[in-house]
Amino acid sequence: MTDLSLAPDLLTVRDRPRSAAALRTLVAIACLFSFLPTLSFAAPTNSARHWAFRAPLRPPLPDVSNTSWSRNPIDRFVLERLEHEGLSPSPEVGRPTLLRRLSLDLIGLPPTLDELDAFASDNHSDAFEAQVARLLASPHYGERWGRHWLDIARYADSDGYEKDEMRTVWFYRDWVVAALNRDLAYDRFIIEQIAGDELDTPQQEHLVATGFLRNSMINKEGGIDPEEFRIRELFDRMDAIGKGILGLTIQCGQCHDHKYDPLTQEDYYRMFAYLNNTHEASIVVYTPDEEKIRSERLLEIDRLETKLRQSQPGWRELMAEWEKSVQDDQPEWTVLRTKINANSTSGQKYSLLDDGSYLVQGYSPAAHRVQLTTTITDRVIRAIRVELLTHPDLPLGGPGRGVTGTCALTEFEIEASPADSPDQLAAVKIRHATADINLPERTLVTPFEGAEEKRVTGPVTFAFDGQASTAWGTDAGPGQRNRSRKAVFVPESPIEHPGGTFLRISLNQQHGAYNSARNPSQNIGRFRLAMTSENNAEADPVPAEVRKILAIPQEQRTQRQVATVFSHWRTTVPRWKDKNHHIDTLWQSHPAGTPQLVLKSRDDPRETHILDRGDFLRPTSPVTPGTPRFLHELPADSPSTRLDFARWLVDRRSPTTARTIVNRVWQSYFGTGFVRSSEDLGTQSEPPSHPELLDWLAVEFMESGWSLKALHGLIVTSATYRQSSRVSPELLTKDPRNLWLARGARFRVNAETVRDIALAASGLLYRKMGGPGVFPPIPEFLIKPPASFTPKIWRNHQGPERYRRALYTFRYRSSVPYPVFQSFDAPTGESSCVRRERSNTPLQALVTLNETLFVECARELARRTLDSDGQTDSERIRHAFRCCLSRNPDAEEVKDLLGLLNRQRNHFTAHSDLAATLTAPQTESDTIELASWTVISRVLLNLDETITRE
Amino acid sequence: MNCQSHFHHGQDTRQLARRWFLGECGLGLGAIALGQLLGEENALAASNSVVPRRLQHRPRAKRVIYLFMGGAPSQLDLFDYKPELVKYDGKRPPEELIKDYRAAFIDPGANLLGSRFEFSRHGRSGTELSELLPHLAKVVDDIAIVKSMFTGAFNHAPGQLLMSTGFEQFGRPSLGAWVTYGLGSESSDLPGFVVLSSGKKGPSGGSSVWGSGFLATTHQGVPLRSSGDPVLFLSNPPGVDTITQRDSLSTIERLNRRRLALVGDPEIATRIHSFEMAFRMQTSAPELMDLSTESAATLEMYGATPGEASFANNCLLARRLVERGVRFVELFHESWDQHQNLVGGLKENCQHTDRACAALIRDLQQRGLLDDTLVIWGGEFGRTPMVEGTIKDGRDHHPNAFSMWFAGGGIRPGTSIGETDDLGFNVTTDPVHVHDLHATILHLLGFDHTQLTFRSEGRDFRLTDVSGQVVEKLLI
Repeated sequence: MTDLSLAPDLLTVRDRPRSAAALRTLVAIACLFSFLPTLSFAAPTNSARHWAFRAPLRPPLPDVSNTSWSRNPIDRFVLERLEHEGLSPSPEVGRPTLLRRLSLDLIGLPPTLDELDAFASDNHSDAFEAQVARLLASPHYGERWGRHWLDIARYADSDGYEKDEMRTVWFYRDWVVAALNRDLAYDRFIIEQIAGDELDTPQQEHLVATGFLRNSMINKEGGIDPEEFRIRELFDRMDAIGKGILGLTIQCGQCHDHKYDPLTQEDYYRMFAYLNNTHEASIVVYTPDEEKIRSERLLEIDRLETKLRQSQPGWRELMAEWEKSVQDDQPEWTVLRTKINANSTSGQKYSLLDDGSYLVQGYSPAAHRVQLTTTITDRVIRAIRVELLTHPDLPLGGPGRGVTGTCALTEFEIEASPADSPDQLAAVKIRHATADINLPERTLVTPFEGAEEKRVTGPVTFAFDGQASTAWGTDAGPGQRNRSRKAVFVPESPIEHPGGTFLRISLNQQHGAYNSARNPSQNIGRFRLAMTSENNAEADPVPAEVRKILAIPQEQRTQRQVATVFSHWRTTVPRWKDKNHHIDTLWQSHPAGTPQLVLKSRDDPRETHILDRGDFLRPTSPVTPGTPRFLHELPADSPSTRLDFARWLVDRRSPTTARTIVNRVWQSYFGTGFVRSSEDLGTQSEPPSHPELLDWLAVEFMESGWSLKALHGLIVTSATYRQSSRVSPELLTKDPRNLWLARGARFRVNAETVRDIALAASGLLYRKMGGPGVFPPIPEFLIKPPASFTPKIWRNHQGPERYRRALYTFRYRSSVPYPVFQSFDAPTGESSCVRRERSNTPLQALVTLNETLFVECARELARRTLDSDGQTDSERIRHAFRCCLSRNPDAEEVKDLLGLLNRQRNHFTAHSDLAATLTAPQTESDTIELASWTVISRVLLNLDETITRE
Repeated sequence: MNCQSHFHHGQDTRQLARRWFLGECGLGLGAIALGQLLGEENALAASNSVVPRRLQHRPRAKRVIYLFMGGAPSQLDLFDYKPELVKYDGKRPPEELIKDYRAAFIDPGANLLGSRFEFSRHGRSGTELSELLPHLAKVVDDIAIVKSMFTGAFNHAPGQLLMSTGFEQFGRPSLGAWVTYGLGSESSDLPGFVVLSSGKKGPSGGSSVWGSGFLATTHQGVPLRSSGDPVLFLSNPPGVDTITQRDSLSTIERLNRRRLALVGDPEIATRIHSFEMAFRMQTSAPELMDLSTESAATLEMYGATPGEASFANNCLLARRLVERGVRFVELFHESWDQHQNLVGGLKENCQHTDRACAALIRDLQQRGLLDDTLVIWGGEFGRTPMVEGTIKDGRDHHPNAFSMWFAGGGIRPGTSIGETDDLGFNVTTDPVHVHDLHATILHLLGFDHTQLTFRSEGRDFRLTDVSGQVVEKLLI
């Protein structure tokens, strides 16, 4: 503690704190972020010996006096502690409640009445184990525990920040669910998410898994510096790895050495260096059905091309002749080194790349007109070319910034003046233009449709027709849209001024979202301008990727390259017109697939520097990839790839990785982990309640092959798990937090489960798995300003889709959090969350009492109750009660509900209009009965016990 | 009396525990008693309690009304008059000023833009104000203007987060959440922290600008709307009248109490309390939102029209909310981002807001509420002395210098604090960073900003991070 006396002055605290505790508080604060010169407090000397920094060893099972209670090793550890504290375990909970607990824990849904009956009448000694096996095999297991991981993965379906645009990442969500369902070993689960793309022959699923790191928020606010927010995304990824995988809060390292744990700032940036070498890429991914169609189409195209070759002996020679004919048929182009008029960018950011092209990032205005200027001396300008280029950082590789990498050029405008009088700029009329893609006229589609004026895309002539509603479009459809394109514009007369020409080119782009300037655009993502002095310049019909191959000597080309050249050449052969058309048609039926954010390693690695106080503008010493010394060693020969880092994270010798996941799983079952701060097992964490049990489970977990299902099975079959959660005042006083586990845990279920219970109990639940996010009803004002910054899309599903599990509800981050989730403490995905709040508020009561879906559930439960086998009111009450609570009501409860039922019958008989309103749109049945039972159902769905896991 | 006052009486915990078994007081006592059992330190983290923390000194303000002008109003056209900027209008700014300056949209070398508006002095204090603020001019002796604000962020979302939570990134509790965490709530049928929105857009920072971060969700701002359901899902479903609702809720309560008696989990007592408060809100919130009970003179003073969604209505609602014990009221008016249409946009915004702001001060004063209600007006940053846009009618984001004003709650009235250079580019005297502002607000509410902390992720967090100096000149 010697250096700590520095703290007060440095912290500009005027009242010097008196106590050591206050001083500690200050230093803890000092462990935060900016505004603090880099301090170097000595880490406490004992931190290296901290329990969590040594790999767990399997401890022997303790001896206990009560030899009959334990069912498995977990219980021995728990019982030893209880005996030490002078406590004894609670009795086993009754069967209905036990099955409800197990079902909520393993699949996040309450048991059905049939399942309850089956369990109640199962007399086998392993009846419970059979239920465990059934639930672990249920596909809903992946949904339930997937949500748990998605909190850590800060999963959401939008970008966050001001614009909070929709993003398509549900393939990642479904990957998590599927991985858990097939019990993918946890170490492999992590490796695929950190570096799936670096595995040998990665499959689509491995690329999708890297979406884990890509779940960071993306800021597209006007005027932001893209690099600043790229660095913030990396900080966020580090945070998720720290809290979620390593169980350490490492964020201190952004600005300075950790004040308590032996993590230096250099350690932080060395780990950061593993992640700092990627493109922020997105790819098209396909469902199994789509993949089937896709491979059929591609095979068919391949077959047709083979047939063409077979039908034309000597095709190689003919192709070589063609190649010769186009070898030197292009004019000489000079790339224009232009300046961007900073007042014309509308807040988009343009970075000049080495090849003279501009990469466009940051804010993407739905409509803008960027101006580029340059001066040309000694040259006559006879044509100007714009190339639209792909880039791995653009959506689906570009060349545009639209959601599928598309773009549209509304107008291409040229102005010119003598070089010395830029104030005399005059518009240059364009005589004609050519492009390597000219598509038929097409009206804009989602999400760009809906403007009052019809807007279309089409051939390149649309880019100089003076119409703001027409644009040159390059969207050649699925499978072909993400390719570089070009157009050449020829002025009416050559542009030339004695003493040079000042040239201003405007790329006018007005074909973005119609409903707000702040919603998706179709802006150009990367482009390059060039000029020529030669006559008759036209857009080269040979695609850029084919030109690249033509530059390679023929004998050195791969088979694939030859095929690529052939695919273009065949389109130039007139007698193959029909066959070419056939192939075009096949391309048209290529499935669209779905975009997914992924990681893609860069070819040219970035150099990583320590950032002074985490400021991206102040890089200091360079660092190489590496891991902190206080944790386990990296294999000596380990090359510095992300894959090595991933393997290191889940190394068998890691002291924190297995403990972290085991602790968090325990937290889900018992409300609190062995270590309460499940995000931080570092020196500042409270000591674990059961250190030996934590270590035993961690070792057992690793030795079981990192099987999560085995871990769950072990926990739920313990006697500890099966205890009743009832608590006497004496026990509550003695152990209010249930630290020693002398009883089962009782807590309100998570937000998603609150909703799923209502859907399941009422019978409305639609159990379809996977796919795009769905839109249950929400109040409409939420998706509009001033509630939301921009108008948002929310489709308000009418059919069964609105009754999907809450896991599938579309999740906006900052603009329109789904209100039910927000009320019940679901994280919004702004950062990694390993431990949810569990609040208990009046706003929650309003949700379950009045929210549209909950009311629909009450009505449906009433309808089904009336349709049930129950012959009497009491029997029907029993039925509805069991649907919600899984147990039978006692006589008092039945009596109370019967009283309400009869009072409501009288009330609705006197006010039949109310009954009709409450039961609308149901008309066929007795509305008074249905209304009265709806009231009963609403009461049941609102009981504390209904939304509690007892 | 509410149940929370038990907390201070140091009763025997066992007696307390027994009491809620007897069902003597079900109103939130569960969480409170649990808190007692856990000890004060853990209680607030473990429960959703709205129990106040210990004040560090005598507070000057008991509640806050924060008029958040989202988008960042132009200080140069409203408060900080710069004749030199008018003089050099159309000229390039001095190179030393713009060296290393990062602008969001413009080339930093864009020409200077003098204000198009007239300024004159008002009140005994002789405070200079733009012609756009004729109503504020009439209460100018009751407010304090700080012309020397500066911040670290120049994009809206990070700027609003810094101003609202003391941190540019998402995840921290907002000022309102810290205040309700520190002071608790005085209202038994309304949330302690209420948010009202108006203007053209929602906040750039999204709902995080009134979020609770790592504090309990109970502390997050609850948005109220001046039309439709004031609180989300406040209305009973169609067909459920008061009789059905009361009968249903009584049944729920009886069944919950039986369960509480049987299983003994204090959380059930909290649930019972939550349902009770929800029921009370169903009456109190519509009553609160009903402006038709206000006198014609009051409505006229604010420029408010019952049933309309407007900033003026929200100002009047703010007064009604603080009268009912709401601790922190935040009005978001997001429409000040004048990259273009500076003259027209400012005129329109001031027409919508100036009268109501002045009326709020006058009204609070007349009702004796201004003394202990702190009123804050301001955006997330300022706007550039340089022009934006080809038609020379806009200003870009500017973090180096901007203005805010304050009234009531221990603020020294009729003062102006701080100065900027001749072009309004940088602060020259009495710089006030966002953290200093937060320190001052907490000071006025009775807290030492270094002592109001919350432990999360292995460290103690506070609103002011590691900085913050109380602005003494602002205090009475």
